[in-house]
Parts: sequence; structure tokens; C-alpha cells
Amino acid sequence: MNSRPRHQSKLGSFALYTVLLIVSVVVVVPMFYLVVSAFKTEQGFLEHTFLPTGDGFLGIAWGELTTKQFHRLFSPEIGIGRALVNSIFLSSTTALLATFVCALAGYASAALDFKGKKSFEWLILAALIIPPPLLIAPSYQWLHSLNLLDSYAGLILPAIAPAFGVFLFRQATLQSVPKSIVEAARIDGAGEFGIFFAIALPMLRPMVGAFLIITFLATWNNFIGPQIVLQSTEKQPLSVVIYQTQTAYYSDYGLLMAGTLVSILPVAALFLFLQRDFIAGLSSGAVKG
Amino acid sequence: MANVKLSGVWKYYSEEAAAVQDVKLSIDSGEFIVLVGPSGCGKSTTLRMIAGLESISKGEIEINGKVVNNVQPKDRDIAMVFQNYALYPHMTVEKNIGFALKISGMDKNEIKRRVLNTSSILGLDDLLRRKPGALSGGQRQRVALGRAIARDPAVYLFDEPLSNLDAKLRVTMRSELKALHRRLGTTTVYVTHDQEEAMTLGSRLVVMAGGKVQQIGTPLDVYNNPVNRFVASFVGSPTMNFIEGTIEGETFSPENSAVKIPLTAQIIDANALQSGQKLCLGIRPQSVTLAGDATPGIELDTTVELTEPMGDRVDLRLGLDESTQILARMPMNEVPANGASLRVKLPHEGMMFFEATEFGKRLGREPVAST
Repeated sequence: MNSRPRHQSKLGSFALYTVLLIVSVVVVVPMFYLVVSAFKTEQGFLEHTFLPTGDGFLGIAWGELTTKQFHRLFSPEIGIGRALVNSIFLSSTTALLATFVCALAGYASAALDFKGKKSFEWLILAALIIPPPLLIAPSYQWLHSLNLLDSYAGLILPAIAPAFGVFLFRQATLQSVPKSIVEAARIDGAGEFGIFFAIALPMLRPMVGAFLIITFLATWNNFIGPQIVLQSTEKQPLSVVIYQTQTAYYSDYGLLMAGTLVSILPVAALFLFLQRDFIAGLSSGAVKG
Repeated sequence: MANVKLSGVWKYYSEEAAAVQDVKLSIDSGEFIVLVGPSGCGKSTTLRMIAGLESISKGEIEINGKVVNNVQPKDRDIAMVFQNYALYPHMTVEKNIGFALKISGMDKNEIKRRVLNTSSILGLDDLLRRKPGALSGGQRQRVALGRAIARDPAVYLFDEPLSNLDAKLRVTMRSELKALHRRLGTTTVYVTHDQEEAMTLGSRLVVMAGGKVQQIGTPLDVYNNPVNRFVASFVGSPTMNFIEGTIEGETFSPENSAVKIPLTAQIIDANALQSGQKLCLGIRPQSVTLAGDATPGIELDTTVELTEPMGDRVDLRLGLDESTQILARMPMNEVPANGASLRVKLPHEGMMFFEATEFGKRLGREPVAST
């Protein structure tokens, strides 16, 4: 009687681990390809799919690997260091402001009663439906009339109140901040901002962490926005600068890979730092209490 | 300490649906008043209007002589304990208790002194550094109480604070609450749906149903002299027996039954009963006794249909005939067998007559004006 379920569970584990192994390979191989390609010469890139073969340890020609691409990236000719600083500034400012504004608006929408609340909620829902590419042309016009083109404000301001974020924090508040706790704080004498900062925000912490990462990543990877809004080379972030290393007639893949690796590392570090909150934020609906 | 006065208070969410209708209530300073009634009767809404968490549609609420209709909750000098404790989960017990004091701008040392004083009253000294997640239900409830006590408010408001606790803990906490009120003497408004809790805690009860106050009185007054059938059925456990029927001369004939219950002229006069009148006879299970003692009453032959022995007493379901049954609770060492005949007495004193509707008025009782 007992051997059958055990047998079945062994089979289940085998299937599970096989699937996990395949998924890991699918995820790891491109990453590995990216890392090794960043350390190859242009010729080495064309000759070998992964590491160059030779007489070295593990049959690899270690001598053919080079950090040349990284030297080029950080040279004044490309100046990726400046772009890295720009990206960090743009992404962290946008992420912090967007998280703050969305948390505030989402909390207000969920926990407060105010005139025009229904219209506000409809507006948020309507904004969710509009596809972002549709907004490129009108946004450009608007930024032009506000004299915000070629400025970070022109990139940051339109991004600090995404409808998706407001809606996310609204749902998170409904789920994690019981009405009675807000009422208890009100009776305890806290003002509405006091309740938000001292009570609601700490209770929404997992969502704050998750949303910080989501917004940081979205801004970090944003290519079209900076490409359109920023004209000055010294203001451009990584995504645009890496793209500009390529020309219409020649793609330097080694340089591209090295640039991509440089652009991934800060995000990976942020994810490692906030991953507990990120996972808790994403799974907050799964477990009650 | 403060007195609280509700004058013709209404709450409606739409024109048709009034959650609270014309509540008039005067609560004396230091009184422990319990709003009791079934779910949806308007008791919590009334409490929330006193707290300022719900707006008042019509009428006035005064705390210590000052109309507070448009006063913010924080400025009403009240403290509220919620059903689900409403503790701040990211703060320690100490910070939970001291939160309101910190907001009020109180000196740090004074906050510490008050928190320690409160924690010693409630036996929370060892838990001050813990967060609510690491506490049991009873401990959480104590912290919620502590948060209210530390503020030393003019009025305490309790919204079903014990209903999330298990039965045993509920009884313990009930006595603790009573002792605490005796010690602090602060005006308290307490909401519960549990009539037993209401009876044991309240100096006065406000029985509510359908958004209206049905009766206000001391627990014993409400128990012994219910103004209508609803109050009679809601207060007291087990529920009062109700037999609907008609007065025929000097007898009461239960509906669809051949049984005749003889009444005396004294009962008919005292309750102003008239022949042909359709009404409802009520008698508490505890009032039914075995026949044979000297108390004046009506003796009836019954058949034991079901017994529920509880050690010192037994609950008996007795059939007057096939369609009419009553419940009797008697002190008894020997439990009669099912199907046995039993002659019981319905004492005159315990018999009450009501109009034959759900909220039917008690007959022969002077209407008591109480607020």
C-alpha cells in the first residue's frame, strides 16, 4: 500500500527536477554566453560559441580572454561610467518618487473617503487600459511646451505616478491594512499623513520593496524614453549609450556583451538586496494573515 | 470620567435603509452600559457614531455636555477597543500602548511611566518587547485594553472585544474587564451580541433590534420585565418558551392543539386579557417546576421527549401534546427517562403574555419611560 505512493512521489520528484534542470539550463546558458562573450576578442567571438578552446586548464585557451572591451567601454570615447551614474540617478530617483506617490495615492484610494473618489478610481482604471506607446507623441509635445525636453525632469515627472502602481498599492492596502487599524490610529490621535507614514507604510513594506525593484528595473531598461527626451550625450543613460556603440553597418558584439554585463550588475545587486521583499510583495495575496 | 447623551440619533446609508433609528440614551458618568442585540441591529453603528468613526445622519451626541457631532475622533477624549484588536503589527507591545501618548506630544519619561503602569495592571510586563504576532489571542486583547487604559480617556468604547477569544478565555477576560471597570470607574460603552456577556458586565443594558432601542434597563429588570417578545426571547438562556394561542373564557388554547391551559381570574385581570384575543404565552425554562410545591401556578401533565443532563441540572423538552412543547430547566439528580410522564407546574409569577407578533408588546405591563 505504502510503496506505491512513495514510488509515485519519487517519479514526481524526478519529473520535477528534470523540468527544473531544463529551466535552469535555459536561464543559465544565455547568462554564461553573455559573460564569456564579454571577455573575448572580436575574432574570438566569431570563432567560438562559448569559451575559446586550447591547451590551458580544462582545455580552454585562457590567454585569449581579455578585458579589452571593458577598457574601451570606460574610455572617454564611449564613457560608460558617466552613463552608469546617469542610469543610477534616473532609476533610483524615479523608483523612489514613483513608490512614494503610488503608495500615497493607492492608500488614499483604499482607506480614505473623499469627494470624487469614484471618479479618481475610474481615472486610474482608464489609465491602465491606455497602451504606453500611444502616449509617446502627446507626451513629447507636452514636454516640449513645458520646456522639459533634454532634462531629467522630463523623464522623471511623467513616470512618478503610474496607474499600475497606484492600483497595486490600492489593492495592497485593502489586503494588508485593516480598516480597524486605521480607525484605531485615528482615535489614538494620528493625522492622516501620520497614519500613512507610521502605520500604513510599514505594513505595506513588502509591496514597497517589490515596487521599488519593478520601477527601478523599468527605468533602468527604458530605452525609448531617454532616446526621445534626452538629446545631450552626457545626460544619456546606459541603455542609449550601449545602443550607440553599434553602427548601421557594423555590430561589435564583444563590446555589446560587455556593456550589457555592466548594465546588469547593479540591478542584480539591487535584486539581491531587496529579494525578500520582492518575493513577499509578489506572493502577498497567496497567504492570508 | 464623562457622561454621554444620545438625543434622537439616526444613521441612514440611503433613504430606505436606516441602520439606527431615533436612539435616545443617557449614560451617566462611570456607568458600564452594554448595547446588546443580534447581528445588524445597529449596536456597532451606534458605538461608532459615539467614537466619531461614522457620521450622524440626524440627532445629537454629547460627551460631557458638549455636542460632538462634528468633532474628530481624536478630539473626543475616547478610547476604543476593537473586535480584532487592531494592534499595530510592526510595533512592539510597548510602542502600541504608548503610540497615542507619543502622538499627543507627551514627555518620553511620562510615556514610559504610563506604559509601565498599564502593563503592570494588565500583567503585560514580560511582553513589552514582543510584537503582536508573537502574542496569543488573550494577550493581544490585553494589549488592546492597555492601549485604551494608558490614555486615561473620559469614555471607553468596546466593540465586541471578546468575541474572537475561545469560550474559556472569554469568561476570564469578562471578569477581568469587570474588575478593571470597578478599579478605574471610567464611563464605558460596550457592544456585544452575547446576552450572557451583557448580563454579567453591564450596569444597564440597551437591547437593540432592527436599528431601534427595544428596552433600556438593569440586567435583572430586562430579564424579569421584558417590554416585548423580542427582548424576552433575546435575553436569557435557554430562550423563553413561547406558545401562541387564543384566550377562550378563562383558558388559554395553544394553536393546533387540544391542550387547554386554565388561567385564573387574577392572571386575566393582571394582564388585561380578553376572551377571543390571539396572543403569545411566554414562560422561562427556569420558571417551570415540578408539580406539588406550594407556589401558585397551573399544573399540567407532560411527556418527556428529550433530556439534556448537565450535572447539577437538566434541560427537559416536554410535550404538552404532539404539537406543543416547552423546555424546562430544573435542578435534578435523577434524570427522567424519555417517554416518561411528568406533571409540571407553570407558576403564575413566571407567566408573561405578549401580542402574537415578533416584536409583540408585553400585555398588562405599564410602559416604562427610560433613556
